[in-house]
Amino acid sequence: MILLAFIILFVAAAIGYVINIRAAQAIRDGGAPLHSLVGFHGMFSALVVLVPVFILILLWIALADPLIQRLVAASLPEGTFDGLGTGAIQLIMAEINSLAGGRVFGTPEDWKIEAAERLVGYERTADIALVVVVIIAVIALIAFARRTVIAEFRARQGSEGIMLRLMAFCAIFAIFVTIAIVFALVYETSKFFSMVPITEFLFGLNWEPQIPIRADQIAAEGAFGAVPVFLGTLVIASVALIVAIPIGLMTAIYLNEFASRRVRSVVKPFLEILAGVPTVVYGFFAILVVAPWLRSTGASLGIDVASNTALAAGSVMGIMLIPFISSFADDALSAVPQSLRDGALALGATRSETMLNVLVPAAIPGIVGGILLAVSRAIGETMIVVMAAGLIARMTINPLDSVTAVTVQIVTLLIGDTAFDNPKTLSAFALGMMLFIITLGINVLALRIVRKYREIYD
Amino acid sequence: MMDDLRRIERTAEMNDTKISAKGVQVFYGDTHAIKDVDVQIGDKTVTAFIGPSGCGKSTFLRCLNRMNDTIDICRVQGSITMDGQDIYDPRVDPVQLRAKVGMVFQKPNPFPKSIYDNVAYGPKIHGLAQTKADMDVIVEASLRRAAIWNEVKDRLDAPGTGLSGGQQQRLCIARAVATAPEVLLMDEPCSALDPIATAQIEELIDELRQQFSVVIVTHSMQQAARVSQKTAFFHLGNLVEFNDTDQIFTNPQDPRTESYITGRIG
Amino acid sequence: MADTTNMGAPAPHRISLTERSPAVARRKRKDLILQGFGLLAIFIAFAVMFLLFASLIRTGHTAFVQTHVTLDVYVDPAEIPLDGLPRGGFQDVVTNALIAKLPSADEDSERRAVRNIISNGAQFYLRDRVVADPSLIGQTISIKVPVSDAYDQLHKGSISRDTPEALRRVNDEGIAWFDELIADGAISKPLNFSLITNADSRFPELAGLRGALVGSFWALLTCFVIAFPTGIGAAIYLEEFAPKNKVSDLIEVNINNLAAVPSVVFGLLALAVFLNYLGMPRSAPFVGGLTLALMTMPTIIIATRAALKAVPPSIREAALGVGASKQQVVFQHVLPLAMPGILTGTIIGLAQALGETAPLLLIGMNAFITSAASTPFEAATALPTQIFIWADSPERGFVSRTSAAILVLLTFLIFMNGIAIYLRSKFERRW
Repeated sequence: MILLAFIILFVAAAIGYVINIRAAQAIRDGGAPLHSLVGFHGMFSALVVLVPVFILILLWIALADPLIQRLVAASLPEGTFDGLGTGAIQLIMAEINSLAGGRVFGTPEDWKIEAAERLVGYERTADIALVVVVIIAVIALIAFARRTVIAEFRARQGSEGIMLRLMAFCAIFAIFVTIAIVFALVYETSKFFSMVPITEFLFGLNWEPQIPIRADQIAAEGAFGAVPVFLGTLVIASVALIVAIPIGLMTAIYLNEFASRRVRSVVKPFLEILAGVPTVVYGFFAILVVAPWLRSTGASLGIDVASNTALAAGSVMGIMLIPFISSFADDALSAVPQSLRDGALALGATRSETMLNVLVPAAIPGIVGGILLAVSRAIGETMIVVMAAGLIARMTINPLDSVTAVTVQIVTLLIGDTAFDNPKTLSAFALGMMLFIITLGINVLALRIVRKYREIYD
Repeated sequence: MMDDLRRIERTAEMNDTKISAKGVQVFYGDTHAIKDVDVQIGDKTVTAFIGPSGCGKSTFLRCLNRMNDTIDICRVQGSITMDGQDIYDPRVDPVQLRAKVGMVFQKPNPFPKSIYDNVAYGPKIHGLAQTKADMDVIVEASLRRAAIWNEVKDRLDAPGTGLSGGQQQRLCIARAVATAPEVLLMDEPCSALDPIATAQIEELIDELRQQFSVVIVTHSMQQAARVSQKTAFFHLGNLVEFNDTDQIFTNPQDPRTESYITGRIG
Repeated sequence: MADTTNMGAPAPHRISLTERSPAVARRKRKDLILQGFGLLAIFIAFAVMFLLFASLIRTGHTAFVQTHVTLDVYVDPAEIPLDGLPRGGFQDVVTNALIAKLPSADEDSERRAVRNIISNGAQFYLRDRVVADPSLIGQTISIKVPVSDAYDQLHKGSISRDTPEALRRVNDEGIAWFDELIADGAISKPLNFSLITNADSRFPELAGLRGALVGSFWALLTCFVIAFPTGIGAAIYLEEFAPKNKVSDLIEVNINNLAAVPSVVFGLLALAVFLNYLGMPRSAPFVGGLTLALMTMPTIIIATRAALKAVPPSIREAALGVGASKQQVVFQHVLPLAMPGILTGTIIGLAQALGETAPLLLIGMNAFITSAASTPFEAATALPTQIFIWADSPERGFVSRTSAAILVLLTFLIFMNGIAIYLRSKFERRW
């Protein structure tokens, strides 16, 4: 039905386009000078039809289904949900939905079948209503657009005005995304902090987000002290940076100063390939090659190495960051004006002296900005740690221990069914919030440094 | 036409030849940038290279301290000798060469370091000062020689990039003379400067002649006339005429030189 | 020039140019050391890259062939009655055919063990053929079915015959039977097309990437349809029309930061807003594509702005000079000239989106789904999430299949990046 609505919309836009072009042509052939070209009259009609109805359909898609669900839930017999948690309510609604979809399991109660029938009825009504509303809207809009066709009408300004607003909306959309992220994180996090005190989350040293499923279960109450989780991220990110910074910087220095053009033309694309490898592949590489190798090396040295160490996850993450750092450092070094390089060489400096005494110090802000962005990447990187790091949060800074990371906890807490009234689920949003704030802070700082640096030499 | 310009009294006597170029050809990839140039650069003399832009005068200048080595596609043929020694001899180390042949560039290019460190950098890498006191002496002498000491002596720790354009260029000259070179190459050193700074630098060039052989590339004929004893006129990669500056400007031998100095080409 | 004195001035040092001083030699050595470190760094990067690809190919190449056994099956009408289709005793019929090939196996007591040689899915190969052509009932047909994972690994050499029997997934008896089949010429190892044509399965020998490929296709399509026009629109507005004020500064800073937000945060956004609040379906490629679009958009905006910036102002002035409106200038002159750059950036953005995993995990695109989605609103997996699922599976057969799936994914990525590089080199203009 939604597809049908879109088809109607596009056909209507085309019709409006043709009608307005014909009308404008008629005026022109009648000898009256048009203000705008014929095409703009057509364009105006098409835009007048497309834009509002498109928004209408999108809103419908977003809002119709939740509304129907609420209507159905409200129509259930009084007291159905009394004393039930959201999980159970979701289960009932899911059952009604699958009944409505024709998938019957066992023998459902009559009230559920009735609700399912109501649901089907609402959905059919909604679909028909959508198509009817769309048809009425497009006819009205075509008629409106047709009436604008007169010789003096500034159709070009009209359609260009609509286009400009559309493009401005696209630009502002990016802000909406940020607002949506902040809203989602703040909302769920505040729910979490209404269940778990914020001080426990920020300063607690114990992270055991397991919540008993049944009331009588003998399990821990769940502990939400995020310090060991952040410590784990810190350990892994440190290992990654220890691997990535020297290799990345040295690569950039070599490429920038010593490499012939042929070497550059081989190494640069190769680094691009390395940068384009998805992180899930690096994660698999960590568990397939790096972790077993560390384990066997450790065993031959008589050290007991866990299979999911910070070292394995961190070193593979470091490999992932090499092209990132090297390309930032290379750009920063290339941005140092040739005149400085010439100045040093003309004094009789060797190439390494030119590089280390003049170019690198001059490029330091750009390099630091790149490293900061790499830090933010390392903290936010998910798949490598999900696959190669551990699940248990430990207060340790030993890279040979199994540690967990913020992103690992977010993913493991949210994989599978999620109930939004459960501190276990919500704690993932609190972690996500912290992750967002930290990476945002680093990014803003890094981008500012990099931008300032570019301005110096522009 | 030169009557309105300040002229600096010239030493008439011709000094010994410091650098001698014979049959120099320079190629940039497929472009033949310098064609068969012969030139003798005297010691303790200011030699000016003039000519329209793109004539190869800067390219030739950069051959004299092998700065063209840093450009991959650039090839130099012919012989350039300094004190009788071929500077393109494979045994010659460009690093050592450049310590003896300093260079000042078109745009002032102080390092983003302090004024002191800018000047001290050359002596430091070449090991000219054993102690901090030695270095202080070199730095002060160089800054004095570049006629900027009085302006910066109270702020030697300030960044060199914070100076004005003319000061920056004099700082670069101080940096270049700090390594005690024998030849100083200057690639349009005043083109980015205002007239007052230009006058200061020109005066300075005449002072420097007492100790160095100075080669200056300039697009300003007046400047060449003011500061140099010998002038070489380049056109389309050829050395058209090389003679005493007086001769070039009053009695050019080649019709192309005459056209240029009277403003018909360029 | 009062301060020009010769006091303490360094005297020119008259060293021969060709004479090597130890100090210079030492400085030159530092050059070599720095170069050595640079080369070492590049070598390490190359070595790791080589190790990565080598290990993927070493473990993955075996998944591109699949051990099959050819059986002569008598389609017994007693087991498979015509009117019972598509149900019937297909498994028994196939097992009978296998036992008939193995005279050494006891028909009753060892039936189960023998059946373990072939894949659990073998019966469906027969069923599909019989359902397609019911006249086969009552005939004897030759059919090639996959063997089970353990025997597949045995044949490919991943399970060593030298391992003690107790530590091996295949016992000596099974190996003897399997060798009989080999001697009989019934075992073959054809190219494994089912890796592409099958959907996911619990059994490694049957598991394929079709569901994941289709899911990734729908997700990328959604991502492209949303991110491409929005991204270009935003970029054109910011680059050509936006007044330079606080708002456009804010948008710009915002876009640059959005490009660096960790992907898992976008997953949280999708989970909370799209799934929980808007009630969109779980595991649907449409929702995945929507999420990826939000992540790809900043990339497209940044690339488009760079491409627009690269078009010289003279083009704009020329078009404005003949009386074109500002939008006509942009849409008729600037945008076409910037298009190669925009497309390059878009393809690179889509390639990133194709490899993105974390946000898809959070919206449930790691479900176990055994059929390919026919619309973007049905539950599906995507290539990277399929890799994640398989990497988590304990069976040995899934290790090689994970590597093979990664090789498939990397092939797509290299192909996409290849197109981008080609576009860039072919249409790149130097102004």
